[in-house]
Order: sequence, then structure tokens, then C-alpha cells
Amino acid sequence: MNGGMDELYREVILDHHRRPRGQQPLPGPADARAEGKNPSCGDELLLELACAGEAITAAHVACHGCAIATASGSILAELVPGRTPEQARALAEAFREAMHSPDGALPDSLDPGDLEVLTGVRKFPARVKCALLPWITLLSALEARDGKAAGLPATTEA
Amino acid sequence: MKRAKSLAAPAGVKPCDGQAGDCTHCGPVFGERFPLLERTVNGRRLVYLDSAATTQKPGAVIAAEARYYRLHNANVHRGMHTLGVEATDLYEGCRARVGRFLGLPAEQVVVTRGATSALNLVAGGLAPTLKPGDEILITEMEHHANLVPWLELARREGLVVRHIPVTDGGELELARLPELLNGRTRVVALTHVSNVLGTINPVAEIAALARRRGALVVVDAAQSVGHLPLAFDDLDCDFLVFSAHKTYGPMGLGFLAGRAEALERLHPVETGGEMIETVTMESATWAAIPQRFEAGTPNVAAAAAFPAALDTIDEATIERLRQHEISLTAYALERLQAKGGLTIYGPRDAARRGGLVAFHDPMVHPHDMAQLLDSLGVAVRAGHHCAQPLHRRLGVVATSRASFGMYNAHDDIDALIDGIGYARSVFGA
Repeated sequence: MNGGMDELYREVILDHHRRPRGQQPLPGPADARAEGKNPSCGDELLLELACAGEAITAAHVACHGCAIATASGSILAELVPGRTPEQARALAEAFREAMHSPDGALPDSLDPGDLEVLTGVRKFPARVKCALLPWITLLSALEARDGKAAGLPATTEA
Repeated sequence: MKRAKSLAAPAGVKPCDGQAGDCTHCGPVFGERFPLLERTVNGRRLVYLDSAATTQKPGAVIAAEARYYRLHNANVHRGMHTLGVEATDLYEGCRARVGRFLGLPAEQVVVTRGATSALNLVAGGLAPTLKPGDEILITEMEHHANLVPWLELARREGLVVRHIPVTDGGELELARLPELLNGRTRVVALTHVSNVLGTINPVAEIAALARRRGALVVVDAAQSVGHLPLAFDDLDCDFLVFSAHKTYGPMGLGFLAGRAEALERLHPVETGGEMIETVTMESATWAAIPQRFEAGTPNVAAAAAFPAALDTIDEATIERLRQHEISLTAYALERLQAKGGLTIYGPRDAARRGGLVAFHDPMVHPHDMAQLLDSLGVAVRAGHHCAQPLHRRLGVVATSRASFGMYNAHDDIDALIDGIGYARSVFGA
């Protein structure tokens, strides 16, 4: 691929796009949920989380968006279960920061998995919002769980 | 890889690189006049297929805008000095030139910031003449610029907004017109050419019915001026708006053309300097039309440059440009169809469309399509093109759109088709 496309559409990302994780609905009612929406693109995302004890046990992601948003949602569904809400929030915030930093580094201590590959999208400024949408929606879902929700869909536009 | 293009193609030389038979009536293409098209994008020749969003500008337009700032810059309608007089002449010259282009006297041309501000001027300006229960009729294929101002007006004034639905074939469902157009309809606002479907609407036919019922007719001609042969009187409308930047002219400039008696019905929405006659500490009276609607300092530089764009169109002749766009559109429809697996929107007959084609590939999201095409130097637009209700009707959130200008040639469409193949290969389709 050329024009940096091999950087944007890495095999890992294409694989997440082809077979997105987190498609199956949660077994029971969601303990936290939020919608994400980027009106100018039309990308939409529904995120539901199941929690047990201290940990998030499952994530359901329904994404109607481009390959980058879909892959990002899939990576989220893979990475978030097993983490506490605080750990999930820390990961989302670290990812947001990495997407706006020159080197895009994510601390190994956060166990970022395929998210490290996704930070390559930061070199395509128009697509950063696509990559961030699921993670901003995650922050919104966690806030809703804590009773701090704004009630509006999360967005990475404006 | 620069292609040989000139205004007058040498005799016997094919003007564009389409297949045999495709360009016999194209006439020459005009790429050479557009300096930006000489640049590369991602190491490739730029293939600019986004003219429905904004056209590129001829060198003559760019030079005229620069010349204004180098030689004539001054505020208009107030300077007693030489520069002020020159700037005013250029500004008023643009108004007259646009009037000539549309077949109207200069006094019936209001200079605005663009088509959107012209539509807001009409919607806001009619507010005091409307009462709760009055109806506005629009269409399901409107650009948000000709939709949101009416929704907002309706919300403020208690009006009812109805719309003419779009058929599966991408045309207005005119059979619904007798029922939608009634004694309460005060305004009918519609686009001349859809910026997504390409559909050319039978504006004159609808306008005749609407005006007979006493409704004012507002036409969004953003996609048609400079692309289709068009005279104000032929459309039978009350108001017509367009943007200079989609007509090979500069950004930040647009026009509202209107019948004199229709313009008289508008109350000024923006008030301030330049639009007044007499001001006291208690009250103000308005200047004559069109200055009444031109508060504040306008974009004089853009106005000084725009006549050069209209000159370019006139020199090429609008009939030839139209034939060229029909030829390109027909070729694009044919090649996209042949590609298979794509949903193509709007009428199948290129002669019934403007120079644009929106399509959707179920395997490649429009944003990914646009990104991958861009990597090959092919610029298309992806998204809802400021027409969300229409996309809802089409059952998709976004589409990809290729749109044409006088500088495009058949090989630009070949590059698009190759690019779609490449995008599919990336996604393993």
C-alpha cells in the first residue's frame, strides 16, 4: 500500500474490522451503557458493559462506522473485560492522550494490546476522531454508571 | 504527468482521454486554466472530483483577487478617495455582471456571503409576513442550507413545514404536489439540482403551480449556476440563490437574485452600516434594495474576482460545459455500474442529472473509500453531504460522491474506478 495507507490500515486493524469482537449482546441487563455519535461523519456506536464485583466482565459494541471506528470498538471489546472501571478509564484516557502526542506511546503498564497499533492513526488527523469514538463513549458509560452522565451521546467532534 | 489541455483543442485532436465515441461532443476541457491542478497529492497527479463541494479557481480569478488587494483595496460606498471609488466600481461591477449572467438588472441582485446566508436572508426576511399555521413546502432532497433555516423559521413563527418525498428512482414525487400545495402554502423552497442524487428538478413546472397558489418560490441553484444553462426568468421563481465558490469563483461570496416585488417583501435581517438611509438616536430607515440587505463590509476582493470566473464560463460557453458534464456523468455511471456491487443513486439518464454521482460500496465505508482514493491522489467527498434526511431516505448514513467540473476528463473517472478497485483489495473484497 502507499500514501501511508499501510500505516493506517494495518493488518491488525483490518482483522478487527473484518471480525469485530464484542458483537454478541450481553447475557443480562447492562450495568453501564452509552451512545457515541459523530454527527458530521454519521458514525454511531452503542456500548454496553456488564460488571461483576470489582470488574467489567463483558462489553457489547454495536458500531455503524468506518473501518477505524469499527476496529477501535473491537479492540475495546477485547481489552476492557477483566479490568476494573478505574483501569478501563485509565486506559481510555491514556489512549486519548497518546492520539494527541507526537510519539503516541502508551505505557506498557496499562497492557494496551492492539491499541498500540491503533495509535498509528494519529498521523491521519481527520481519522483520530474515528479511533477515539468508542473510547470516549466508554468514558461516558462509566460516568453514567457513577451517576454523572450528561444524558447526551458522546462525541469526538467539536 | 501533465496532460495537454487548452481552451481551443487543435483540430483533429481529441479533447479528453475517454474511449472512442465518448468525447465527440465533450468539447475541449479547461484544466490548463486552473493552476492548482498542477500539484500532486501523495505523489500522484491530483484527480479533483469534489467540485460539488467547491470548484477549483481559474488563474484569472486568483490573479483578480490578488490584484484587488495590491491595487484597489478600500471600503465600498463611502470613500471619497480614488481607491474607494475603484473598489466600489469593482463591487458594483460584479453585481451587474451576475445580473447579466442570470438575465436580471443589477438592482435585483443582492450580494451575500454565500448561498447559505442568502437562504437565511430570505427565510428570516419573510418572518414578519408569516403567521402561525402558514405552511412552507420543501423537498426531501434539500441540502441542510435550504432545510434548517425553514425549520428554524417554522419553530419561531409557528409554521408547518411539509416536504415533497423522493421516489426510489431519486426524483421528486410530483404526484403528491396537489395535496401538499394548498391555500396555506406561503413558500415553496427547493433545490434545482440535488447535491447527492444529481437530479435536475422541474423547477419551472413546480414554480408555476406554486405561484398560481400565491406561494413564493425559492430556488437553491448552488449546484446549477455555471453548470447548466440557466436564466432567472426561465425558472419562474421569486428568489434564486447560489455561491460563487461552486461556480469557479472565490469563497465567501454568494448571491440572492429575486423578482423586484418579491425582494420588496423581505425585511432586512442584518442591520447596521451600509444598509441604512437615515439614522437617528431613535430610529432608522432602510436604504433601497439591494443595499438594504447588505449590512457591514462585504467581501469586496471576492466580488472583484468573480467576474473573471463568469468570463471563463461564457468563453467556454455554458452549453459546451453542460455537454461535457453530461458526457463525464454518463461515463461515470457506465463505469461504476460495470464495476458491480455498488449502489448508485439518482436518475440513470445522465442528461437528467447534474455533474455528480454518489455511490455506496457495502464492502468499504465511504470514509475509508475517500481515504484510500486520496492515497492515490483522487479527491472525492464522503459523508452525508449536508443532506441527512435524504440519506435516511436512502437507508445509509454516508455515501461517496464524485463530482465534476470543466477541468475533468474521462481519465479522471478511470482513476476513480481504479481507486475503487484498490480500496476493495485493501478490504479483501
